[in-house]
Amino acid sequence: MPQIRNFSIIAHIDHGKSTLADRMIQLTGLVESRNFRDQILDNMDIERERGITIKSQAVNLPYVNSKGEEFELNLIDTPGHVDFSYEVSRALASCEGVLLLIDASQGVEAQTVANLFAAMEHDLTIIPVINKIDLPSADIDQVREQIEVDLALDSDMAILCSAKEGTGIEEVLEAITAYIPPPEGNVDQPLSALIFDAHYDPFRGTIVSLRVFAGRVRPGDTIRLMSTGATHKVEETGIFRLGREPRDALSAGEVGYIIAGIKTVSDTKIGDTITQDADPSPSPLPGFREVKPVVFSSVYPVTSEDYQGLTEALEKYKLNDAALVFQKDSSAALGLGFRCGFLGLLHLEIVQERLEREFGQSLIMTVPTVEYHFTLTNGETLSVDNPLYYPDPATIEKAMEPFIKTSIFIPERYVGVVMDLCLERRGVNSRFSYPTPGRIEIQFDMPLAEVIYDFYDRLKTVTQGYGSFDYDLLDYRKNDLVKLDILVNGERVDALSQIVHRDRARSRALNACERLKEEIPRHLFKIPIQGAIGGTIVARSTISPFRKDVTAKCYGGDITRKRKLLEKQKKGKKRMKMIGSVAIPQSAFVAVFKADNK
Amino acid sequence: MNPYQKNGLYIHVPFCRTKCPYCGFYSIASTSLISRWLEALKKEVVYYKDRFEYFDSLYLGGGTPTLLSTRDLEKIMQHLFAHFDFVPNTEFTIEANPGDLTSDKADGLKAMGFNRVNLGVQSFNPQELLFLGRSHTGEEAESALKTLRASGFENVGIDLIYGLDGQSLKGWINTLNRTLTFQPEHISCYQLTFEKQTPFWNMRKKGMITPIGEKEERSFFLTTSRFLEEKGYIHYEISNFAREKIYYSHHNYKYWYHVPYLGLGPSAHSFQNKTRWWNFRSIRRYCEALEEHKAPVEGHEDLTNNQMRLESIALGLRTRDGFAIKETDLESQSGDILSRLQISGFLTIKKDRIVPTRKGFLVADHLPLCFQ
Repeated sequence: MPQIRNFSIIAHIDHGKSTLADRMIQLTGLVESRNFRDQILDNMDIERERGITIKSQAVNLPYVNSKGEEFELNLIDTPGHVDFSYEVSRALASCEGVLLLIDASQGVEAQTVANLFAAMEHDLTIIPVINKIDLPSADIDQVREQIEVDLALDSDMAILCSAKEGTGIEEVLEAITAYIPPPEGNVDQPLSALIFDAHYDPFRGTIVSLRVFAGRVRPGDTIRLMSTGATHKVEETGIFRLGREPRDALSAGEVGYIIAGIKTVSDTKIGDTITQDADPSPSPLPGFREVKPVVFSSVYPVTSEDYQGLTEALEKYKLNDAALVFQKDSSAALGLGFRCGFLGLLHLEIVQERLEREFGQSLIMTVPTVEYHFTLTNGETLSVDNPLYYPDPATIEKAMEPFIKTSIFIPERYVGVVMDLCLERRGVNSRFSYPTPGRIEIQFDMPLAEVIYDFYDRLKTVTQGYGSFDYDLLDYRKNDLVKLDILVNGERVDALSQIVHRDRARSRALNACERLKEEIPRHLFKIPIQGAIGGTIVARSTISPFRKDVTAKCYGGDITRKRKLLEKQKKGKKRMKMIGSVAIPQSAFVAVFKADNK
Repeated sequence: MNPYQKNGLYIHVPFCRTKCPYCGFYSIASTSLISRWLEALKKEVVYYKDRFEYFDSLYLGGGTPTLLSTRDLEKIMQHLFAHFDFVPNTEFTIEANPGDLTSDKADGLKAMGFNRVNLGVQSFNPQELLFLGRSHTGEEAESALKTLRASGFENVGIDLIYGLDGQSLKGWINTLNRTLTFQPEHISCYQLTFEKQTPFWNMRKKGMITPIGEKEERSFFLTTSRFLEEKGYIHYEISNFAREKIYYSHHNYKYWYHVPYLGLGPSAHSFQNKTRWWNFRSIRRYCEALEEHKAPVEGHEDLTNNQMRLESIALGLRTRDGFAIKETDLESQSGDILSRLQISGFLTIKKDRIVPTRKGFLVADHLPLCFQ
């Protein structure tokens, strides 16, 4: 029997996680080089393009170490973004150890630290790996020092590698077998298995990724999902190699999948415990919670005829993304649509992009917002995640908004600009620490609403790419919140309304007016754009009309050229949303929430 | 709407003495291929001789048709008369370059059947002529006009270009005033446009020429329209003015109202039975095809009803006659927009037609987008 090791790789974005995984897969001979492609675990186009992992993924690597002992190494690849921190925590809960990957030239970053803490919470063995040692700018000594001082880990343990060049990979695999403890767990106890992910397969239904902690599961068993009590009959159990590889059973300590006639991934909950219906485990595994969306936005089809198509696309998409929640919504400006909840802004962007790319939808998304809490004068409390339902200001006793704790890592020289940025975004209660000479960690309490727009982009800009950022939800705090409306040609466009802090309302409004002025094409008439709080106009801009738009010549009999141009313009116009008599392009709705880009 | 419902015939003469840097029409600055082209053209005439009945307009354009010798022009005309039928009172137009019009030439044109000459004057201002790369002077243009009248041409059109870098409105009015001294039956006032693959296009890209701003364009356009209408001309199409209705360009009307037309010569377009086709934009390929007894057609398209409608609307909105209301579905989407466009002064309704105003002409490229 091969020994088992369950591990994950954690790293700050771009530190080379996918490349290291690729190399390990290659070295263990799981895939022949000629069939190999980069980022082999990132199946989705969008993952490859953005260089991030969105879904957790497991792969079972057969490996014989230098002593000739046989192993099965289960690599659980985790998403690399704070939006998916709960998924990451469930993946980590399925492991006994992690490789903490650090870029030799970038050093320790915000997510390195956040990831380390997450691994420590799960009491995992941590093996520091210094990657990209082939880079001319690699500073191994500096990184070793950071590992000692900043992470309080033993830097002698650190393994040097270059995943890109393929050096040091053998050492990494050896370290996994040597340092990461084998899984514990009793096969004779009742089944207790942790769901760390689920994928949808159009032929087989939901493929549940799990880690078995106790007992055993076999085809034919009737299993029970402990959070819902739902039962299913297991059709297949197996492990992940390059594809699925059926096995007779999955036993305590093992990582693999089950197929059990579960229709959609939403019928499973990440973090839930699977047990035998006949002989249940007395208690579920710890750490389960319902994933709650924190960012909300409405999605509308560009033309109302596409509503049915959007409905179907969302339902299909949802099969594979349990984190997305949506319900019917309607807007005076945009017609029928859906109110959606996301794990964060990246999640939102991913959903939008995949709906457009994989399902061919043309979407309009409204300004993302967080969930606000209002206490009314009559004592009632109200949760509002849609500006449409902002209560009558006269009845508001108290308005609360969610705060986060941000932690930002930067080289010292950027302290000034980052402080300015955070203060501008209503950051309070700043703390500093100096993990290593020349580097600073700044912590702020900040409204989540200020971060979901473009904070990360701005941070990257002001720090020339050197800043890194991570956050945790903190609490709800009282603030002076108002609803900002945008009027186009005198008509309020409800889809452009946002709830903002009073102090920020004017600058947001100005920004929205300017951005809309850039995005909305000129018309035959003048179009005023206004930002208003209640009845007060706080900002305005004007789109001037065409003064002249005609070409002198229709070239001889070549009418075709003229018509083709018109057809193209007509098509473009069809993709715009008519608000009264103004055609607003899709991009305008996006531009408004990508505000403050200057 | 259009009294000239018979077919139109266009012949493209793809030769010029020199290439004007703003012009996007196909021609080459060489005369060496004229005889080969002439032979090919004759073959093309024969190829189409039974496919088009009765023409009521002929337009010899280019290029520079007057670059051809009187003899060559005669040959073309004789060949056309031999194979095509022209109704009485057919409009026979030739485009002429002022520098080419000697009295002999003008007499010759008259004798071979032309009854309308369109003269490429462009400007009377020496600097502007130089900028436009024209090989003639303002004086030559004036003398060409006198020659035409002396040869008995009673239907003369003048082409002008405005909106040049540095041109003042006052200077432009001067040009118009000088034009009016000849009381031309027809005046085309083209605003300078930048066509792809012309030297001007590249010069603009490099910043060597600055196009006039939209405000100036607007005032040039409106001033031209008001000025010429005050002088009794009818602004019957975006860029075209006629002293009387009978002097509207019969030939151009075919393009604008889906009347069939046959275009011969390289790059020429034709239209018949909802099909449009176009010839190779290369003298060599054009000649080779005909020499191999093939049609020199590079491409064609069959227009759907929707495309026909879109063209009717778009082209109609460029003329004073507008388009028939039945072309658009007022009930559904355009009804509200129509009244708005009327109130804003872009359109009026005349009987069963939607007609652009002068202000509507100004935005004629945008207006068709307002209709379904």
